Amino acid sequence: MDFQLTDDQRALRTGMRELLERRFPRARLRAVVDGDAARGDGMAARGDGAAEGSDGAAARGGELDRALWRELGAAGLFALRVPESAGGVGLGLPEAVLAFEESGRALLPGPLVATELTAGLWAAGAFGAGPAGSLAAGAAQGETVVTALEDSGAPVEHLASAEAVLVLGPTAVAVIPAEEAARSAEPMRSVDPATPLHRPTPSRTRLDQAEQAGQAGQPDRTDQVDRTDQAGPGRSGLAARLRREAALLTAAQQLGSASRTVELAVDHAKHRTQFGRPIGAFQAVQHLCAQMLVRAESARSVVYAAAVTEDPGDIAAAKLLADEAAVHNARDCLQVHGGMGFTWEADVHLHLKRAWVRAGQWQSVAAAEEELAAGLVSTVETCL
Amino acid sequence: MDLTYTEDEEDFRHRLRAWLADVLPKLPDRPHPADWPGRRAYDCGWQRMLHDAGYAGLHWPTDAGGRGATPTQHLIFLEETERAGAPYVGAGFVGLLHAGPTIAAEGTFEQRARWLPPILRGDEVWCQGFSEPDAGSDLASLRTRAVRDGDAYVISGSKIWTSHAEIADWCELLVRTAPVNADTPKHRGITWLAMPMDAPGVTVRPLRTLAGTAEFAEVFLDEVRVPVSHRVGEENDGWRVTMVTLSFERGTAFVGEVVACRRVLEALARTARANGRWDDAVLRRRLGRLAAECAALWRLTQWNVSEAQRTGGVPGVGGSVFKLRFSQVRQELYDAAAEVLGPDALDAGQEWVADRLSSLSYTIAAGTSQIQRNIVAERILGLPKGR
Repeated sequence: MDFQLTDDQRALRTGMRELLERRFPRARLRAVVDGDAARGDGMAARGDGAAEGSDGAAARGGELDRALWRELGAAGLFALRVPESAGGVGLGLPEAVLAFEESGRALLPGPLVATELTAGLWAAGAFGAGPAGSLAAGAAQGETVVTALEDSGAPVEHLASAEAVLVLGPTAVAVIPAEEAARSAEPMRSVDPATPLHRPTPSRTRLDQAEQAGQAGQPDRTDQVDRTDQAGPGRSGLAARLRREAALLTAAQQLGSASRTVELAVDHAKHRTQFGRPIGAFQAVQHLCAQMLVRAESARSVVYAAAVTEDPGDIAAAKLLADEAAVHNARDCLQVHGGMGFTWEADVHLHLKRAWVRAGQWQSVAAAEEELAAGLVSTVETCL
Repeated sequence: MDLTYTEDEEDFRHRLRAWLADVLPKLPDRPHPADWPGRRAYDCGWQRMLHDAGYAGLHWPTDAGGRGATPTQHLIFLEETERAGAPYVGAGFVGLLHAGPTIAAEGTFEQRARWLPPILRGDEVWCQGFSEPDAGSDLASLRTRAVRDGDAYVISGSKIWTSHAEIADWCELLVRTAPVNADTPKHRGITWLAMPMDAPGVTVRPLRTLAGTAEFAEVFLDEVRVPVSHRVGEENDGWRVTMVTLSFERGTAFVGEVVACRRVLEALARTARANGRWDDAVLRRRLGRLAAECAALWRLTQWNVSEAQRTGGVPGVGGSVFKLRFSQVRQELYDAAAEVLGPDALDAGQEWVADRLSSLSYTIAAGTSQIQRNIVAERILGLPKGR
């Protein structure tokens, strides 16, 4: 047993951090968030919701930076787990987790998880020559943006920027054109200014069709959906595996955010002076910061372990604790920042809002807790 | 990141399992908690069995009579003994986990030869005389005084929270040998002594805890004479001597308890299913969350042990992080147990109720959670010294 990062894993993490510091520095994040601030190359004009004041307008913006997306693709972010024989990097889930942790740390916007999963499906030959295959083909290189539609009713992120949507039912897996998904989804005013959201409407016909086909064990009759799942429901099917991987990679993003807010809080506490001393010299503030570190490191241990074991229980624990760490650390970070933390200008609220978005994706708190509870019972039955 | 055990480690595990399966059925019945002589005989008997099978002082260096096992082997040992329901280290705790390692690290050849073999064989029991009524979290402010008189120190004062004092042969004692003044900060002027518990002037008084049992004792010292040759390390250097090993308490210290947490949790789920409380989604989800917490504690342990293994045994900064989370989860576990028990949660005869009461000490003993947060804030996060 050697449950520590290897040198290669450290190098990968450092490389990803440096890439993001170079290509997605804070100024770029603020440009996305503030909307009307100066935008760099490749950043599209903001969306059409300008009627709601400057902040609201920014919140309706958030077209993805396609140049950055391609650069991430070129750097191998979406193809980390694609075998080298298929043109990928040929690494595993632990490396993907480390890279996604960095993306969460930098608050990098975009449906990174769905795009990465789709790249893996494409490389595994899950798609035929049909339209879904051509939609998925560019995912690994960062040429295509793929977002996701879950069967939980979670909002769909970056739908307007995406070419394709990865649809996961209880057993069905499909990739459909984004325009088609957009017909049964309506935009909402996203709480996260860098993550536009669409609310899926109840008539999710494509998913239903795919699911019915899946349950009937019949080939899918629609021309644009490639049904790739052959296994049954539960833990063993492809859809279940993809959901677990999505939950884990999302947990990794949450972990990155949770670690970053510890740093932001500590940095502020060291430099903000009140009563003639840094507020970080007060135990009331110190103990908030200490608990933040405890949350982040507890989440880290189980996120990394889940990346190694790929065990459903470990992944549920990882998502649960990473969600909690991201949300609560952002809250405590906000508290440490005092009045400054309540401003739009400070980055704290961006961590909190993204953490809320990610917590609602893939495996909610309730779902994770129920899965873990079920695991306790099944262990009991095994023992008896 | 590798969570698989090497062939050597698996081999170690299987041999240990086989041995445990062989010897555990032969153990006598556990003595009553109030039967101190019985407890001593039982705990020392178990230590003797470990010794004869080659498992004594697993994590001690070989030149101190130990097995020089890696942190991972020690982890496996603690995991497997807990899983098998083997006896807890019990009366051997201080000798094996603190006094012994201190003597091994700082003692002279003669001191090591005198004190270490009886600890490993289970022949002698040690207790710890550190805390005082006025020196708890602020241990360095201790006031028990030792005055040099010829070839002996004459010691007066009192110690508290001393486990196994009733049955101990030796006490690892911290005493003040130089007064605190402008030239001597409180951390200097402390000396580490091995005190025989049968020396004239030593009085032990049981201390009844809120759980109703007398797991601890107060020790009163009235002009007790301890030979200078019983001093480990230099005079006034006892703080450093103590800290050398105190910091080792956090690598694998709670392995067994984390394994026990998972076992209790599974038993809670089983009981809740039997009594119908499992249908309560709030309780069910609470137990599910605790399962995540237990998983994190286990992975954090493996992380810290792997780090210790890489750094050659020097414990990482993860100890305080682990202890903060562990002590909180342990208490939450028994709060959930009370929920599962329902009205029976008020029956002090229930095992989980007794454990619930005991768990209240977890956020206090071995560094309160507040002190741990100070450590995390100042030593890990680099925040200014608190006030």
